[in-house]
Amino acid sequence: MDAAADTLKNTALLEKHIALGAKIVPFAGYNMPVSYSGLNDEHLTVRNAVGVFDVSHMGEFILKGDKALDLIQLVTSNDASALTDGRVQYSCLPNGKGGIVDDLLVYRIDGKTYMLVVNASNIEKDWNWISKHNNFGVDMKDISDRTSLLAVQGPKATDTLQKLTDISLADIPYYHFKKGKFAGEENIVISNTGYTGAGGFEIYFDNNLASKIWDAVFAAGAEFGIKPVGLGARDTLRLEMGFCLYGNDIDDTTSPIEAGLGWITKFNKEFTDKALLSEQKEKGVSRKLVGFEMIDRGIPRHDYEIADAAGNIIGKVTSGTQSPSLQKGIGMGYVQTTFSKPETEIFIKIRDKALKAKVAKIPFYKK
Amino acid sequence: MNFPDNLKYTKDHEWVLVNGETATIGITEFAQGELGDIVYVEIETVGEELGQHDVFGTVEAVKTVSDLFMPVTGVVLEKNPAIDANPESVNKDPYGEGWMIKVAIANPSELAGLMSAADYKAMIGQ
Repeated sequence: MDAAADTLKNTALLEKHIALGAKIVPFAGYNMPVSYSGLNDEHLTVRNAVGVFDVSHMGEFILKGDKALDLIQLVTSNDASALTDGRVQYSCLPNGKGGIVDDLLVYRIDGKTYMLVVNASNIEKDWNWISKHNNFGVDMKDISDRTSLLAVQGPKATDTLQKLTDISLADIPYYHFKKGKFAGEENIVISNTGYTGAGGFEIYFDNNLASKIWDAVFAAGAEFGIKPVGLGARDTLRLEMGFCLYGNDIDDTTSPIEAGLGWITKFNKEFTDKALLSEQKEKGVSRKLVGFEMIDRGIPRHDYEIADAAGNIIGKVTSGTQSPSLQKGIGMGYVQTTFSKPETEIFIKIRDKALKAKVAKIPFYKK
Repeated sequence: MNFPDNLKYTKDHEWVLVNGETATIGITEFAQGELGDIVYVEIETVGEELGQHDVFGTVEAVKTVSDLFMPVTGVVLEKNPAIDANPESVNKDPYGEGWMIKVAIANPSELAGLMSAADYKAMIGQ
């Protein structure tokens, strides 16, 4: 083990993953399971039945105070005033230069209490950024290190989890959550969210319950063929839906307008970069994030160049994979806006070849 | 993991089966496990004479791509004709149905530099 590996953090479930034969890799400062039974098998388990991801590396901040909403409105692009108790919103943190500090989920617990869920790799950066803007006296707590998060995803997720709670899961709509008793434990957050497009819930709880809840979920899902799912399939599942991954598709140099995140950028309030992003929205941007699918046989990958028919470079791939559901190469990337319309023919430079692809509407995968 | 004693191995995780003047080449069980689900094996060097360590093809898995290297100098005589239609054979049967190419060995002295199964296992920490 090298020096860097010594500083990696573990989730409360690392021993479970090792016992299940997971391949463990360093990711965002954590030892994380990347695969168990095999990426395609795990991917299709989520699409067709139910799978469980340990995503406890994600960061959680609690913001509390009379002006918590004011702080959130200032630092995020979406309109958090539209939230009511028990609702969740996808949003991003503009970085003051037209880029993105991070993308995140905003949970309204009550009118004075919010939970922000951020990417593991950005916990410190986000904390510093939000703290810097906290001129509102909002009490901020980073509960990331003591919070576990399981994503239970797939068409059998509700049937699995309903066995463990009296809360009617069918009555929690998409992007809503409830806090209550689950697997015999109180104060568990059950959120109808996920990163797969397969349906299901994300469950937040204290680390000391991790082992118990993991076992309870697997026992409940046994009849549906529940399986653990690693980060590899998490990436292919999200990519089939065209969901952005921070660090690949969006980062400090990409604007939410370029990234197709205009729908979470609301100009009916004041926020960081409002003027800049508003101008981009009105005047248009010179490049856009698009989805594309391969016509020629090939698999697009992060950083491959995108060319036009004449061989001019028009952009770069930000995410790519072989889609396990569709059995073809799919990807996302930034292209010059003139090439961003669906069905536009583009070429992906894969090793020494320019392979034909076309701009496609996302999501790639439809139920 | 299985590393047959009758094969020779390279640091790039290829195996070599020597049969007279011909070598059959594939990737090891360890390599297929590291790559994960294999989607394509692209080999466009049939008929070419390649040097030791030259790239003879590419293997594309869902999450990653890796070059395939010549364990020995020689002409690529043929590629596994079934591998286009059945790339998952590399995952399922890396030493059998998942073989990749056959090479006419140009310089038999290179064989002495390849690893035994025991040496290879030691290298990958098995």
